Amino acid sequence: MSLSVALFYAFAAFTVISAAGVAFSRNIVYSAFALLGTLFGVAALYVFLGADFVAGAQFLIYIGGVLVLILFAVMLTHRIADGAVSNRAAGGPAALVAVGLVAAVLGRALFKARWPVVDVLADGPTTHAIGDGFLGRYVLPFELASFVLLAVLVGAIVVSRKELRS
Amino acid sequence: MLADRDSSLGPMKDLVLYLTDVAGPLRFAPYELVAMVAMLLFGAVVVFGFVLPVAGITSWLERRVWARIQSRVGPNRVGPQGFLQWLADGLKNLMKEDIIPSAADPWLFALAPYLVVIGFVATFAVVPFGDVLVIADLDIGILYITAVTGLVVVGVLMAGWASNNKWSLLGGIRSAAQIVSYEIPAGLSIFPVVLLTGTLSMQEIIRAQGWAPWHWFLFHDPFTFAAFFVFFVAALAEGNRTPFDLPEAESELVAGFCTEYSGMRYLLFFLAEWGNLYVIGAIVTTLFLGGWQVPPVTEHPVALAVFQLATFFAKAYFFVFVAMWVRATLPRVRVDQLMILCWKYMVPIALVNVVGTAIWMVVVPTSLGRVVAIAMTIGGAALVVIFFRRVRFHLRRARLGPADYYYSPFI
Repeated sequence: MSLSVALFYAFAAFTVISAAGVAFSRNIVYSAFALLGTLFGVAALYVFLGADFVAGAQFLIYIGGVLVLILFAVMLTHRIADGAVSNRAAGGPAALVAVGLVAAVLGRALFKARWPVVDVLADGPTTHAIGDGFLGRYVLPFELASFVLLAVLVGAIVVSRKELRS
Repeated sequence: MLADRDSSLGPMKDLVLYLTDVAGPLRFAPYELVAMVAMLLFGAVVVFGFVLPVAGITSWLERRVWARIQSRVGPNRVGPQGFLQWLADGLKNLMKEDIIPSAADPWLFALAPYLVVIGFVATFAVVPFGDVLVIADLDIGILYITAVTGLVVVGVLMAGWASNNKWSLLGGIRSAAQIVSYEIPAGLSIFPVVLLTGTLSMQEIIRAQGWAPWHWFLFHDPFTFAAFFVFFVAALAEGNRTPFDLPEAESELVAGFCTEYSGMRYLLFFLAEWGNLYVIGAIVTTLFLGGWQVPPVTEHPVALAVFQLATFFAKAYFFVFVAMWVRATLPRVRVDQLMILCWKYMVPIALVNVVGTAIWMVVVPTSLGRVVAIAMTIGGAALVVIFFRRVRFHLRRARLGPADYYYSPFI
């Protein structure tokens, strides 16, 4: 096993373990901080795929933006660390069914898909190709996504401001 | 990729190939392992031999500059002119007891300073010092810097929460709100330069400029000129510097997110802050002031590298000095003023800069652009001259005593 393969498995294990930390931690603040490891691990996996721009954007948006906002919201919530859940067992069976379905779909995709294997990745800059893709072939989905985001932003302001709602 | 033998190691490739050669001293070790160890060792040398001294010396410089601005002396006992004060402070804090408050969360409390320091040290991977003097010239250099500094925010929030102290929590939340807000004008002010160069690589951005001021992006057009000021102010705010040091405002929050910290963990936050000052200076120099570009006076590679290094350092440290000067001059802003400045003034100005630069690139022909750049350079020089004349006028009017005492930085 070559060193890059070993490093890949190390980062993958790190990602999965911190994701488990997010899911299983009793304290929501720990969950939020464990998310740092998950997002970082995913960025590292992007680097292994040679997608440097996507890795940078993942780090900038998810760690610098989303995670900080989650932490911010968690810390502004009063006594969030010792909130008691009244009935822990209620969601169990439904969650089990949902997890089973998702696992079935993912497992089928995993075994049905043909995984193309590339020996040596092109180690060049990816930014030009991404820019050409966004403003060339995929310009319509790209612009639609930005309109959706704009609508979400306006909607968030309308929902959060009382004088605008009435 | 480590597997790619040709591009990943740069200057160290020959060394690693020699070591793992059939007759080399490490012929039994796998190539990739030797390459990784070499990279890690090189990184350690850079961190201990350069990053930490830069942060330490900046701390000494800041205390001396402040002291002179406030008519004091400052630290001047350890070493010549107190130059070794940072080493004495570091040793003292290393030997102090590492106190973790009993009510604090021990794991997160201990981890937070490391995250802050990683977020600052990691930026040095792409900060250039010369044409060949750079650890890694990433294709996404400037994006990488803005991304990894996000770790600092997470570390500050972690310190604020884990301390289990209301001042710390308030400081951490203030810091997060401030950094997330000011990231937007700072990021938007990088865009004009990226538009002009068509690359995110730090070295390519520098290569697109020249050694003369009229080749710098600062004087390229009015929009980049405005973007420079927006970026510098936003970077100061992101670095928690006065006038934006609300997260650690002494008169309101004791010491903000580092209230409960002591010894070396406390010092690590400030190490990152002082080191960040240099990083801010280096980014501003790279984006707007031509980086390490020097006039063609020598062909010798070593002399050229030294000249470039000195040029880059002089420019970067000028901005470190400006940040100290600002800190000694301006009072702290209020929270509402901080947010109004960001969202009502700097974000719109930064957006206008992006669109304006794009229009400028399409509309203005190259010859007219050159005339504008030279005219703007002359205007900038005139501003500097007027500034020094005003300072001299006020110094004369204040009738200060012997000139050598008041103007000399040494006491």
